[in-house]
Amino acid sequence: MLFFSYFKDLVGREVTVELKNDLALRGTLHSVDQYLNIKLENTRVVDQDKYPHMLSVRNCFIRGSVVRYVQLPPDGVDVELLHDATRREARGG
Amino acid sequence: MGSEEESAVKEPLDLIRLSLDERIYVKLRHDRELRGKLHAYDQHLNMILGDVEEIVTSVEIDDETYEEIVRTTRRTVPFLFVRGDGVILVSPPLRTA
Repeated sequence: MLFFSYFKDLVGREVTVELKNDLALRGTLHSVDQYLNIKLENTRVVDQDKYPHMLSVRNCFIRGSVVRYVQLPPDGVDVELLHDATRREARGG
Repeated sequence: MGSEEESAVKEPLDLIRLSLDERIYVKLRHDRELRGKLHAYDQHLNMILGDVEEIVTSVEIDDETYEEIVRTTRRTVPFLFVRGDGVILVSPPLRTA
């Protein structure tokens, strides 16, 4: 539940989601669920020349399992909070 | 107050806990590696890393000589969430003299 909570706090921020098929989508994080499925708004493809078929996509739902990375805004991370939450979560998991 | 329970190293995930706020090396599937500071992780090995360098290794075969050309592509990202299903191993950074 740790990362579910973290992403809920990040709603409204700009992120770049890199998928396992190498497609990278940049957009505003609209919502997330327990599976870390992601809904992005105002979506644009990072490498438009390579992936022109996504040009008209503005909002999308991304299945959590196809995500490789999510690039986060540097000020969207409270590292102390993350460390504490991780210690609490990892114990008794 | 249970603090002995918190710092006891009982299972592999406890070993990773020792690396919190430290730099680590992560081997991923598809010939990728990451080096960065571990800020968070869970039992799936989902992670958040800071100041990350990603190294992607690819091997090309020359058409004529059939020799293997190993290429590495590097990039850096300030803060990265990594989905755990791509993780192979986690370790302290390897010492390359």
